[in-house]
Amino acid sequence: MATPQAFIETTDLDELKKPFARRLWDLARRQPLGTAGAFVVVLMATAAATAGILTPFDPERASLQHMLTPPGGQFLMGTDEFGRDILTRVLYGARTALFIGLVSAFVGATAGLIIGVASAYFGGLFDLIVQRIVDIFLAFPLIIMALAVVATLGPGVQNVIIAIIVPFIPQCARVVRSSALSIREIPYVDAARALGYSHARIILRHMAPNVMAPFLIMLTYFVGQAILLEAVLSYLGMGVQDPTPAWGLMLKGAAVEFIESAPWLSIFPGLAITLAVFGFNLFGDALRDLLDPKLRSR
Amino acid sequence: MYQYVLKRLLLMIPTLIGAALLVFFLLRMLPGDVCEVRLAGTGLYVSQDEIDLCRADLGLDDPLHEQFFEFVGGYFTGDLGKSMWTGQSVVHEIQVRFKLSLQLAIMSTLVAVMLALPLGIISAVKQDTWIDYGVRAFSIAGIAVPSFWLGIMIILGLLIITQAWFGAGWMPPINYVSPFEDPIGNLAQLIWPAVATGYRYSAVATRMTRSAMLEVLREDYVRTARAKGLIESVVINRHALKNALLPVVTIIAIEFAFLMGGLVVTEQVFNLNGIGKLFVDSVGNQDFALTQHLVMLVVVVFLLTNLVVDVFYAWLDPRIRYS
Repeated sequence: MATPQAFIETTDLDELKKPFARRLWDLARRQPLGTAGAFVVVLMATAAATAGILTPFDPERASLQHMLTPPGGQFLMGTDEFGRDILTRVLYGARTALFIGLVSAFVGATAGLIIGVASAYFGGLFDLIVQRIVDIFLAFPLIIMALAVVATLGPGVQNVIIAIIVPFIPQCARVVRSSALSIREIPYVDAARALGYSHARIILRHMAPNVMAPFLIMLTYFVGQAILLEAVLSYLGMGVQDPTPAWGLMLKGAAVEFIESAPWLSIFPGLAITLAVFGFNLFGDALRDLLDPKLRSR
Repeated sequence: MYQYVLKRLLLMIPTLIGAALLVFFLLRMLPGDVCEVRLAGTGLYVSQDEIDLCRADLGLDDPLHEQFFEFVGGYFTGDLGKSMWTGQSVVHEIQVRFKLSLQLAIMSTLVAVMLALPLGIISAVKQDTWIDYGVRAFSIAGIAVPSFWLGIMIILGLLIITQAWFGAGWMPPINYVSPFEDPIGNLAQLIWPAVATGYRYSAVATRMTRSAMLEVLREDYVRTARAKGLIESVVINRHALKNALLPVVTIIAIEFAFLMGGLVVTEQVFNLNGIGKLFVDSVGNQDFALTQHLVMLVVVVFLLTNLVVDVFYAWLDPRIRYS
């Protein structure tokens, strides 16, 4: 473990002279949990990208002679009630989860970033109105809000993404605004205004880059949350619909019905969700430690 | 202080009106409605007249502003109308399920606190040891494990264990019994969903306890207490923990939202007839009347919890002023 002395002795210059691999190794030793998280994230991305090569089976095609085969042999994680290979569906499920997770986290956090910075920049009445609207949205628990949106739009991948984005925007806006408020007081913002730059330019080019730390932390945290939320919505039957492979969906219906005779139906998709969210959370934690010096070594 | 509470209560009014508007119009944006869902469910041919009749019956063809005022007006007259699906009064539908969900919420919170406090303290005291890493991994895992999957795994575990020990698989009962009539039967039913929800709920609280303890342990008065020669357990329990509890109380309140979300899914897994299941069912049936009142109930509970915690917080820490 890095002692406080180790931090003081290595100056930034020494740090930079080291080869890249060595710096990465040092970082990994300082952040063992974060490294584990990054490893899981890379693993998941690889599974999502190469699912077609990794497995010979079709994730959506039923095969009646292989119904509910226990794990082993040809089917490492067994098959489901339609004879579809669970491992294949877990690998393709990574694709669905990662797609929904990344898109909704990125869009939600970015919209929140712009609203949060704009709210802090303009201040006054605009800030007041935006913050009251944010209050209203924050009064809804995440799942309740997402369920209400999905109820309006109906199920399906695209609607699930929208349902996840909606509650993310106010959350990120609130966090970003509090950081942006202090940025607003720094003279360079006044300088930019004196130079006659437009509001949009000041918000996007001058203020937004300075609140990147809370933004990135929220972003990684959102990816994990989005994967979890998608799983919950799909499990409740209001998210991704069959036959699209999605982890939450795989836990619905048959998984509980056959819990005694075919427990593999429920074990593996759940493990996949847990591992994915675990990875993104650990990664986000390490990122927060690195980006926010106030929290370092705590 | 009364002024502060009154001010906060008044500030809730615009938020509630906003929430009511949001929910109301969100639900009205739906392409279908309860009449279509119900009549399509019969599988028979349905004429447009029948759908229109059903809509007129439920007041779905009234102008939107009239529907809205009827929805909000219910809170002043005490008559929240009838569920569009079952025809029972909304108050009744909520009443029969409220006890179960309330008990589950309280038990989950207890499970969470009993996990979070000891784990958070030991993690802070043994900072940067393998115990610390273990606890942190355990708590991060708590955020990652979906509570519905944990519920399924608990059921599976119970089945396997009872099968091995008693020769017959046992699953938690579905029918609710009051804890005052049959405390053991009640516990046998609700302890499992409480663990499934509580573990997730404890995760953030554990992390908060840990970081609050770490901060407090670096304070001068803790050093003074140690310098006086007090034994470590007294320093931690009497001097450090009391001051570290403040942020923990807040996080438990903030996490209350997760708890309510958690109930929605756990009740589904354990097939418990509570508010959460009612909510999912009413969304599925497009039962606007019930859904909008349930959402408002959740929002009110959420806002009130936040208020209670803010007041409690200031009461715990005299340095905080109401403002």
